[in-house]
Amino acid sequence: MAATITAPAAPRAKAAPSPARIALAGLGFTALLALAGLFMPKWLTFLITMAAAQGLVSLGIVLLMRGGVVSFGQGMVFALGGYAAALAYNRLGFTDALGLTLLGGVTATLVAAPFAPLLARYRGIFFAMLTLALSMVTYGLLMKIEVLGGSDGFNTGRPTLLGQTLSDARVGYVMYVLTLVIATAMALLARVYFDSTRGLVTLAVRENELRVEYLGGSVRQAMTINFILAAFAGGCGGALVVLSLGHIDPNFSYWTTSGEFVFVAILAGSQSVLAVFVASTVLEVVRSFSSAYFPNTWQLALGLFLLLVIRFLPGGIGSLWIKRSKK
Amino acid sequence: MTAMLQARGVGKRFGAVVAAAEINIDIAAGERVSLIGSNGAGKTSFVNMITGYLKPDEGQILLDGSDITALAPRAITRLGVARSFQIPQLYGELSVLENMLVATACHDNALSFWHGARRAAAVERADALLLRFRLDEHRERRVAELPGGVRKLLDIAMAMTGHPKLLLLDEPTSGVSADEKFPMMDIVMGALGQETREREMTVLFVEHDMDIVERYASRVVAFYSGRIIADGEPKSALATDDVRRYVTGELITE
Repeated sequence: MAATITAPAAPRAKAAPSPARIALAGLGFTALLALAGLFMPKWLTFLITMAAAQGLVSLGIVLLMRGGVVSFGQGMVFALGGYAAALAYNRLGFTDALGLTLLGGVTATLVAAPFAPLLARYRGIFFAMLTLALSMVTYGLLMKIEVLGGSDGFNTGRPTLLGQTLSDARVGYVMYVLTLVIATAMALLARVYFDSTRGLVTLAVRENELRVEYLGGSVRQAMTINFILAAFAGGCGGALVVLSLGHIDPNFSYWTTSGEFVFVAILAGSQSVLAVFVASTVLEVVRSFSSAYFPNTWQLALGLFLLLVIRFLPGGIGSLWIKRSKK
Repeated sequence: MTAMLQARGVGKRFGAVVAAAEINIDIAAGERVSLIGSNGAGKTSFVNMITGYLKPDEGQILLDGSDITALAPRAITRLGVARSFQIPQLYGELSVLENMLVATACHDNALSFWHGARRAAAVERADALLLRFRLDEHRERRVAELPGGVRKLLDIAMAMTGHPKLLLLDEPTSGVSADEKFPMMDIVMGALGQETREREMTVLFVEHDMDIVERYASRVVAFYSGRIIADGEPKSALATDDVRRYVTGELITE
């Protein structure tokens, strides 16, 4: 759960809060959560760790949504990041959690990058279906490759951090803090990007591509960059999940996994970065409790919840505290 | 006098429809040229070929002596050709200021992940243009809520952010009520005037209202079924038989 990262619900004529203030608020919020983690039960820190890590994947989808496209295949980069981290751990003996997270992000970026210029040509359902196709090809390959554990996947061990070995008692909390810190850093960077000139042009692409080109901006370039950045965020998220979970299998790339990331992105809306992590936490909470109380129908609870959000909060959770004037 | 914009034997057909045939024209820096003609005469096609949206079947278009015929719209924009649209092409969900900031960001060719879109220098530039186009009072409004005339002005103001050397206006007064046309053109030409004088910015505008043409153009080019039928000073061009027959519709029978 990262940072608080958005303009307060002030009138729009007022200047947005300065980047320094946003960063400070984000870091303060993270420090508070890290401190609170010392007193939380283990299941709760684990839940938040998962929510923050998976929130990174949805953050990537929000990035794309701001440009008017939705990827239904972010499971692919999620799996790529996860497999890269787990394989580096098991095969290469590289165990540093921070290094593995970055490795996951970089691997996902490198694999996704060649597809980015192709995908940048497509919009709407075509973009969604192409990304879905890519993720399902990845799923199929992972199922078939026996060295990667096939459909069962494989387990991986306890990570280290910056040369420190982590005891069983500490590893959960350390991964919790590491995930919070990385999520905060990425969220703050995302906020900077959203408020930058490129970020504004992405919003413009969503509304009128023709005019962007006639103003001298490149629509393709904007879409390509967004897809690559989303891949990096998703890869980091995948690696962090594997490091905390200690297990990976092809379901990371399955379409229902991708669907959950889209669910979170829609729940969050595309205005606030903080909302992504709030939505991701909501999903985790609903998942945990409904699978405990009504194990076979938890998707039903999720579906009803999404229905209510779309009906009553079409701008997503983020619209609760970011208001655009609509007079 | 060297021409800043030249068309050399430009032709374009859409099936049986001739949008342009043997168009030859030289336009000097600083001219204010009005393109007139009935609907389908080829005015907008000509504008679209200059900006690279349509590729001519034959002929060449030169900007400052270099061939731009094969370039994409974005590349031509970068060379200093800007345009506005008959139906304003704006970002409806963004505010007026944000629309201007998109334009300044794109034109600067300095898109950044880091520099804020609302940094002071960009906002200052946008505000200066908003003031010149008398749009400052609408600065924070969402574009989708604006009346048609204001949107037209914003569309032109956005085209001006890049300090173009050639500005193409596609029917700047269409959709504006008759009694607002002159005030609106006064604002536009007032806002452009400074740059046409100081930098010799060239303006091409497509227009249907002959009173506006006479008042604001320094030269008139009349089109009929893809051909140029008159080219010259407004008074004399509008008085030719062909223009009166095919454009203004005054000369009905002999």
